[in-house]
Formats: sequence, C-alpha cells, structure tokens
Amino acid sequence: MNLDFDPPLQQFRAEVAGWMAEHVPAAPLPSVDTAEGFAQHREWEAKLAEARLAVVSWPAEYGGRDASPLEWLVFEEEYYAADGPVRVGQNGLFVLAPTLLAHGTDEQRARILPPMARADEVWAQAWSEPGAGSDLAAIRSRAARTDGGWLLSGQKTWCSRAAFADRAFGLFRSDPAAERHHGLTYLMFDLRGDGVTVRPIAQLDGEPGFAEIFLDEVFVPDADVIGEPGNGWQVAMSSAGHERGLPLRSPGRFMATAARLVDLWQRRGDPADTQLAGRVVDAWISARAYQLQGYRLVCRDGALSGPQSSLTKVFWSELDLAMHETALDLLGARAELLDEPGEDGRWLSGYLFALAGPIYAGTNEIQRTILAERILGLPR
Amino acid sequence: MQFTLSAEQRQFSASLHLMLTAADATHSGRRWLAGDREPCRVLSRTIAETGVTALAIPAEFGGLGAHPADVLLACQELGHHAMFGPVAESVAAVPTLLAALTRARPGRIDRIEEWLAGLASGQLIATLAAPPLLPFAADVDKVGLVLLAEHGSLWVAEPRGLHRSVSPARTLSEVTGRQLIADGPEVGRALATALEFGAIACSAQLLGAASALLETTARHARQRTQFGRPIGSFQAVKHRLADVLIQLELARPLPFAAAIALADESADAPRDVSAAKVASARVANLAARAALQVHGAIGYTAEHDVSQWLTLIRALIPAWGSEAMHKARVLAALTGQSVGGQPVQGQSCG
Repeated sequence: MNLDFDPPLQQFRAEVAGWMAEHVPAAPLPSVDTAEGFAQHREWEAKLAEARLAVVSWPAEYGGRDASPLEWLVFEEEYYAADGPVRVGQNGLFVLAPTLLAHGTDEQRARILPPMARADEVWAQAWSEPGAGSDLAAIRSRAARTDGGWLLSGQKTWCSRAAFADRAFGLFRSDPAAERHHGLTYLMFDLRGDGVTVRPIAQLDGEPGFAEIFLDEVFVPDADVIGEPGNGWQVAMSSAGHERGLPLRSPGRFMATAARLVDLWQRRGDPADTQLAGRVVDAWISARAYQLQGYRLVCRDGALSGPQSSLTKVFWSELDLAMHETALDLLGARAELLDEPGEDGRWLSGYLFALAGPIYAGTNEIQRTILAERILGLPR
Repeated sequence: MQFTLSAEQRQFSASLHLMLTAADATHSGRRWLAGDREPCRVLSRTIAETGVTALAIPAEFGGLGAHPADVLLACQELGHHAMFGPVAESVAAVPTLLAALTRARPGRIDRIEEWLAGLASGQLIATLAAPPLLPFAADVDKVGLVLLAEHGSLWVAEPRGLHRSVSPARTLSEVTGRQLIADGPEVGRALATALEFGAIACSAQLLGAASALLETTARHARQRTQFGRPIGSFQAVKHRLADVLIQLELARPLPFAAAIALADESADAPRDVSAAKVASARVANLAARAALQVHGAIGYTAEHDVSQWLTLIRALIPAWGSEAMHKARVLAALTGQSVGGQPVQGQSCG
C-alpha cells in the first residue's frame, strides 16, 4: 500500500504547476456572473485549451489527453493550488460532456465537444422548473414533435450561468400522455435562438448567477437529441449524466481552501483560541480525508463515479460551508464587508456561494435519502 | 499509487471476520466477567492462529513483519467485534516498542527477544502504561506482561490498583516500575514510534466498532416496526444513519495514510496519526449516539449488544491521546506553531 506518484505523474504535476504559475492572472478576474467577467473567463478557458489543459480526462480527439482519473485528480490539485479561475464551462464539462461520451453519437461528440473544450460554446443547464426542483420528474416543459425535430415550450429556472451562456441542455416532456419520468427527452438548444427569453435572477450575493429561461416553440433538430426520444430520464440519471460527487468538486479545490484557511489562521487567529483553532484543524482533516478518498476510489475502482457520489456530495458541500464559516469567524467584524479587498475579501463571496452547495446538484436531503435507501437498505 | 487493499488483505479481513463471528467474540467480554475463562482462552489462541499477534513483530523475532496497514485491518476487525482486552497495546504498541528497542541496542536484550516470541505466538499478552499519554495500563488482569515507560526508562511494572472502565470487561491500573529493562535515548525514540502505532491501532478499532454499530442499527431500523411501518422508513432515521455512513466512509482512509507514513518514517507521520485519531473518535461517537437513539430504550439495556460497542467506544475515545492533544499536533504540523503560539520541534505522541 502506498501513496506514491510515479515519475510520469510527477512530471504531469510539474507541467500543470509550471503552466499555471506562468498563466494564472495576477489579479482575480471579474466575477463570472458579469458580462465582462464571463468574457474574460471564456478567454482563460481558450488559453487552457490551447495548452491542452482544459479537459485533460477527455479523449485526445476532442481536445483532451486521455488522462486517467488519478491524473485528473493531480490536475485539479495543481489548478486550485494555483488559484485557477472559476471554470465557466463547468455545466458542459462536468455534466453534458460525460453524457455525450456515454450516450451521444460520434457526430454529436465531434461537433459539440471541441467547441466546448475551447469555450467557444459555453453551456448552461436547464433542469429545474418552478414546479420541479428536487422532484425533477414533475417537469412540465414540453417538446412537441415537428418536421425534422422538436419545438420546446415552457419555463426552466435556476439555470446557472444562462445569462451569458450560448447553449443549454435539459429534459423536456415529449410524450404528453406519459407521466413522471416516462416520456421525457434530453435535448440541447440554443440560448440565442428564436423563441428563447433569458431573464437573469439576482442571487442573495447581488449577482445574476442564474436565470429563468422562457421557451416559446423553440426549434431543436433531431441531431440535438441525446439518446432516444422518450428515454431522457434514463440518459440523465445514468452515472454519466448524474455524477454529483467527486468529478463535480474535486478534493484539490478543498485542499486549496483549507490551505488558505490555515494561512488565515496564522495571520489572524488568536493563538489562545483553541475552539477556533480546532475548527481550522477539523477543516484540514476533512479536506485531507476527501483527498485520500479520491485516491482510494481511483485505485480501487479505476473511476471516480458510482454509488459513492451521493456520499461525497454531502461531504464536500458541508465541508465547504464549514471552512468558510470558520474563516468569517476568524475575520471578526470585517467579515460582513461585501467590498473587502484582497485575500480576506474572498471569504465572504466564497461563503455566499458555499451556501448553495447543499442545494444544487441534488439537495443534501435527497442525497441522504438515496444513501439510506440504496446503501443502508432502509425501506422507502 | 496503490491506496487500496490487495486481494490478500481483503481475504485476511474476511477470514478474520468469519472466525471472530464463529467464535462469538462480541460476547467474550461478558463471558470473562461471568468467570467463564475457557472460551476466552480458546478465542485468544484462535486469534493467534490467524497471525494477528505476529503482524507487528519483525520476522527476525518470530513475527510476520507485516505492513502497518495489515495491523490496522486486524484491529478494525477486533473493534468490529468489540473484542475486549488490550488490543492496541498488545497487537501494535508493545511489539513496536520492544522490537525498536532491542534493535537499537548493540548487545540486544534477551528478555525482550523472549517476549517478542511470546507475543508473536499469542502465548503472551502485554499491556503498557506511558504517562502522561497513557496514565493507566489497561487490563493488567488479563496479561502476562505489564510495562511502564516513563522518564526515558522502560520497566516491568506492577499494578497499584484496579479501576473498572465504563467498558465492562476492561480495567485500568496505575502501575509502578519494578524491574528496569532499559533506559537512555533509545527508549524515548522507541516509545514515540510505539505510541503512534498504538494511536492508529486504536483508531482502527474505533472505526471497526462504528462500522458494526451502523450495520446493526440499519438492520434494527429495517426490522423494528412502529406506526405500521419499519422505523427505517422515517426520514429522520434515514438521514441520521446516512450521516454516520458519510463520516465513516470518509474517515476510513485516514488511519491507512498514517500507517503508510509510519512505515515510510515520514515527517508527516505525527500529523497523519493525529488526523486519524481525531476523525475516528469523532465518527465512533457519532455512530454510538445514533445507534443508541435509533434503538431506543432497548439499546440502553446492559443485555443488548449496543452497549458493548457504545461503552468500548467511550473508553477508547480518549485513549492514546485526547482530541485536544491530537488537534494541537495537527495544527503544529500545519503551521510550525503550537496553539500557545510557541514554535514546536517534532512533537511526538510521547
């Protein structure tokens, strides 16, 4: 049993670290939820893609490096250690792309993946509706059959980054006679097309991070359906389409946050405050546990997805919140300043974003129920 | 990287689990207390036959010289079965202490080699006091060798009394050194390593016990019906047990990372050992509280098995270093400073 990285892995780590050191912007980019910030993040992604670092785990033919899960973990460790910008294309990269790789056609992959890798096309998700949040099977937006494709009508909500994204993907009810998770189709559509209205929603941090999408007979060609019409639920719920755990938020991200928290403790912590010190330690231990769990999963399963995903999702989302709460407690009175500059100012915006973690990608309540029923065998 | 169990390790765990189940190890403590010693002796011999007692002892002294991870697997199973007795002391800490000490001595120490052979064969069971971290020697009434490590010296010791632990078949004693075995800087060094091993062995026991409690509680929740349905169908119960599962799964890798660090004599070992102890103790407590609560009043009885694990966990949580001490060690490793703001140099468990 060992935790060693072999020479090729060490080399890859050094390459990523070196490239990041050279290219990460000196000053943080404007928020990804502003027009200017979105554009700059898109440019960043293009740079990453040029260095073939945007989608390392994808096949080389689509812009990746066929990186192993362990290599991907290493990439993420170095990306976040170097304070890499938010991945503006993450909805596409972490949800749509695995779905296309597992369920799409060659034509779809060849057409959609390379522009996604370069962020020439940035994707938003369109799952939830006002009447369908946790209960996704209650969706009512429709896909009506037409010549050569489908006409989408209805309303989607909580669509992250839809304000500035180019395209979106989601589930629509294609069989009006069917109910719940039957008769749904997984479609991709243009956010700039006719019949689409995007209305940004201000979040509690003041930024338009997500949006409502109103669809009025928006045309989608057959080529933009993933899997079989009527089989959308299965496509979306397969592990490829539904991965919410480790691939969505890698351990590297939280190790980097924990390191910043320790640094904050050293700068601002009262050495006699054992309670706060204890919380800093707890944060590091949990981040380290998650890191080790990542290594364990790739060594044991050769993959990062599976029934574990509900488990890790609850873990990382609560860890992220705990770390940010600890940081705010360390900052004392200045913690409430929304315009606090520099490193210290990151914690409040990070905290506000962390508040959403237990909600998105499947609420933690739903995840706990899944764990209890599927792993512990407790009855419905 | 190979951070997973090998097929042999899985096999070893599985067969140890089967053996301990067949021998009804979980109730051996009760039998001991009832004065029924024979089944315990048989169990002791059976455990020895699996090689558990020889794992931490180098081959040159009659042991198996196994990787610390294998010792953890054994301790996890023993914890899973709420096995009574000085497990971490006899299976991990004392063998490590004696082997390190005798190797460090140019002329070697005959008695020590004899003890190591006895420990490896399972004929000798040992316990250890090492104030201030281990102020008491556990289970002096069940062992053939009581050791005291204090002020840089190692002694054969004698108990001054016998306290009952919250864990029914466990006792604790203050001890006095009677025969000096060795003194000098090698004692301190050997002891430091031994205490690290004891701490992760204890962590493994705690995880094993937590695991057993979660299993048994999930089973209870599936079977026990109230209001016309299994109590496991209530969301409050589901979510509580899901939380134990999450924390348990994420705590599991920590002791193994510490085992690797100890085997590699890495400078990160104290940090990793302490992280493992903190996390294991916390999840074991969480599991114990959830188990008792989901079982309800029946879990509160002495007769029901929940109390076996719950009281064992309660006893082991502060053993091999308190939460405060281990958290301070992690912080020191991360910052180069102790909580009092003083710089630290290589703080050890001892």
